[in-house]
Amino acid sequence: MTQSTNITKAAPHITQNEALIFERSQTGRQGYRLPPLDVDETPLDEIVPAALRRDDDLEGVPEVSEVDVVRHFTRISTWNYSIDLGMYPLGSCTMKYNSRLNEKAARIPGFSNLHPLAPEEDAQGALRLIYELEQALSEITGLAGVSLQPAAGAHGEMTGIMIIRAFIDARDGEGASANRRVMLIPDSAHGTNPASAHLSGFTVKTIRSTADGFTDLGHLRELCASGDVAGLMLTNPNTLGLFEKNIKEICRIVHDAGGLVYMDGANMNALVGVARPGDMGVDVIHLNLHKTFSTPHGGGGPGCGPCCCTKELEPFLPVPRVARDGDNYSLDFDRPQSIGRVKAFFGNFGMMVRALAYIQTHGPDGLREATEAAVLNARYVAAGLVSDYDKPFDAQPMHEVVFTDKRQSRKGVHTLDIAKRLIDYGFHPMTIYFPLIVQGAMLIEPTESVGRQELDQFVSAMRAIAREAVEDPDTVLNAPHSTRIGRLDEAAAARKPVLRWKPKQAATAA
Amino acid sequence: MRYIPNSPEERAEMLRGLGLDSAENLFDSIPADLLLRRPLQTPAAISEMELLAGFEEMAARNVAARRPSFLGAGAYSHYSPTVVDHLIQRSEFFTAYTPYQPEISQGTLQAIFEFQTLVCQLTGMDVANASMYDGSTGLAEAVLMAERVTRRKKVVTSSAVHPEYLEVVDTYVQHYGIDFHRVETDEQTGLISAEGLNSLDDQTAALVVQSPNFFGCVEDLNKLAERAHAVGALLIVAVTEAISFGFLRSPGACGADIVVAEGQSFGIPLSFGGPLVGLFATRDRFARQMPGRLVGEAYDREGRRGFVLTLATREQHIRREKATSNICTNEGLIALAATIYMETMGKSGLQEVAAQCAQKAAYAARRVSELEGFSLPFAAPRFNEFVARAPVAAKDLLARLASEKNITGGLALSRYYKDRPNDFLVCVTETNPRAEIDALVEGLRDLTARQSNR
Repeated sequence: MTQSTNITKAAPHITQNEALIFERSQTGRQGYRLPPLDVDETPLDEIVPAALRRDDDLEGVPEVSEVDVVRHFTRISTWNYSIDLGMYPLGSCTMKYNSRLNEKAARIPGFSNLHPLAPEEDAQGALRLIYELEQALSEITGLAGVSLQPAAGAHGEMTGIMIIRAFIDARDGEGASANRRVMLIPDSAHGTNPASAHLSGFTVKTIRSTADGFTDLGHLRELCASGDVAGLMLTNPNTLGLFEKNIKEICRIVHDAGGLVYMDGANMNALVGVARPGDMGVDVIHLNLHKTFSTPHGGGGPGCGPCCCTKELEPFLPVPRVARDGDNYSLDFDRPQSIGRVKAFFGNFGMMVRALAYIQTHGPDGLREATEAAVLNARYVAAGLVSDYDKPFDAQPMHEVVFTDKRQSRKGVHTLDIAKRLIDYGFHPMTIYFPLIVQGAMLIEPTESVGRQELDQFVSAMRAIAREAVEDPDTVLNAPHSTRIGRLDEAAAARKPVLRWKPKQAATAA
Repeated sequence: MRYIPNSPEERAEMLRGLGLDSAENLFDSIPADLLLRRPLQTPAAISEMELLAGFEEMAARNVAARRPSFLGAGAYSHYSPTVVDHLIQRSEFFTAYTPYQPEISQGTLQAIFEFQTLVCQLTGMDVANASMYDGSTGLAEAVLMAERVTRRKKVVTSSAVHPEYLEVVDTYVQHYGIDFHRVETDEQTGLISAEGLNSLDDQTAALVVQSPNFFGCVEDLNKLAERAHAVGALLIVAVTEAISFGFLRSPGACGADIVVAEGQSFGIPLSFGGPLVGLFATRDRFARQMPGRLVGEAYDREGRRGFVLTLATREQHIRREKATSNICTNEGLIALAATIYMETMGKSGLQEVAAQCAQKAAYAARRVSELEGFSLPFAAPRFNEFVARAPVAAKDLLARLASEKNITGGLALSRYYKDRPNDFLVCVTETNPRAEIDALVEGLRDLTARQSNR
């Protein structure tokens, strides 16, 4: 055999088994050591009476050594896929490289040891960092006001929608604004949009998408004619990966009807340095620092969901805001029109440090270059897959592209099966069954962090799966074949949920 | 740009392969008048060395980060074993997405299952979610959940809940028609006032208390649970200092229906107040009304155990506007850090660190109370925070303590309560050696002695 130079992305290897930490626990093991208590002891009853003290010896909490802990988490970590292993093409999630430099910056003790209630004069560096990041995000979005307080995208969305509500209440007066409680949301939107609108007391009306994947202007006009529209929540590029080419007209229709336009910034990775929401007529937007600005997703967070808005809406941003006077930074709590506070302290500061590091590392040219590379990669994948998969929309995609399982489903192979089979080829699956309006959707977002060779491997893997769907569908239907566990019975898990570990006897007694 | 694998030449080839002349053509679908025709006016690109130097310089201006500190009030200095930050920096954890594909996310899923279990054990509750943004937003979600469970619109809250938590709740519930009653604090005990509890009635969805409360006082949760349950209301308990779970009777054992806590004390750096992590736990019967993600046990066809995200029909991506919450991204990696902390400290460590905090705070409180002109206004039992009343304005006293003695002596309560000019909140943890406590006491004595000599 000659050595193959055509290396495919993955090969199976041994992984370690590892029980739950509770099943590993051994009485008497310890993983810590504190210095001895160095003050005179007060009798416990004098501190807190026995009736208010814990008396269960923390039953069930594990007893393990430090070595046990390190092996435990190292072993289970190897069961995860991650960006550092390769392409992670989750559409609308922007799984780009998370720089180690940013991690180091956030861990500088002057940041990580700083208490949020430290006096302003003793926290000038942190306030300046917040201010500088706000300035950068304002320039990138073309919107004057920025609050970094929201902790995630949905939180930024809620903040933005509450700002719209507060603005309309102030503009129309409480009485009149009560008749303006409809939020328009396209049928392609992320589920957080309607949930956030609901939290802000709005009724949701759904706007149809056209057959070619854009907001239906006729339907928008019709809905706006009723006079009760407070706003529109729009993702742009939309969740089909298409730039809403009528965005200015859309904003005009909503504005003419007395509403405001909120843009979901989940897809900003297609626009940074190329086009700005503020220039499109958008009034308020949230960004995801954990998408576009590369702060790590961490297996589900933390995020940071800055809310950016026009000058007109700025008085309604959450309190406090950072103000600058020469070299001096301070907190401004005196903002009577503010919607209030959406989180204790100032938001996820550690994520802000990372995002500013990302912006400074890239510089203006680098930011645009990243956008170009991200869109180019998506177009490259789109071109590579169009011969084998149904591409439901003709328009050229931006940073992500949607395909469907239409051709494969004739053989009984569906999107879920294709996604699971992709795991065997060494890739994390794309976003599946989203957006909801595309049957069997596969939403692919490579990001700029993938080289051509790996894009080629991805395209080859997808095409191989398309062939398998015809020639050997069972292999696809039963995938994955290479993982520690097969497909889990999620229906059974939801029917009789087991949401925590319990000791054996207690479990049977319950 | 070193984070972009494809070289400019490779990208040019790819463009040609797509039939495009230049990168600008990638954006042909954007109307020409919307294209930005100039470079962004953001800071110029800099190297790794320059960036670190600039950030070090900014960080150096955070002088409070270098001082011995007795600040608590919702964010606490605790020692975090080295393994915590080391393990969360494994690529497999910190560069993974939400575990939507269980076959290749078992590491994250198992860790969350352990997190949920530990939160249940510490709070004394049946079921916990995979985390909230922080304690404050967790409390807001708990109030909204109580409204869903009871279908009642009135909420009675102790005014000794962290003021910023109450502000966040106000923001969240402002469009829900919830009638929010604040009950005063008893000036003798520092606890929720007994008369104030009379505002509980059959329209009340929940009684909200914090324990230890914002003034450090330990509430009698058993009694409060009885009062709430007597009118069919839920008892929501907020905890800002999670280390207290190792010392105080758990809210679950006292009858709480929902427990929310800030988990930052479990090995998470202060980081100017974020990212933090909200713990959220409740009773089994309310599980389907919970906000946030849940991980459950599941089995594959071969009978192998694994873990999956479950009960997703509560969540926004399925239920949209009828979801129990809009939360999607939570605090995954911070919850992981808290999990590693709890497991490393283990049963004895969580109790020992809590006992040390209580002992050191008791020592500090005694020493401060012995100072001339100082008193401790509240009589209730305390964990690791206490209010001290100075003979002078606390804000100025603490500012001088910082500048002249290099100690952050606590939080002047005038920040939140204009009627408490001389009161300050002192927090003591295992990270404050006796020498620091003694220096605090000496500093307070020095500064007030000089003051009275003038």
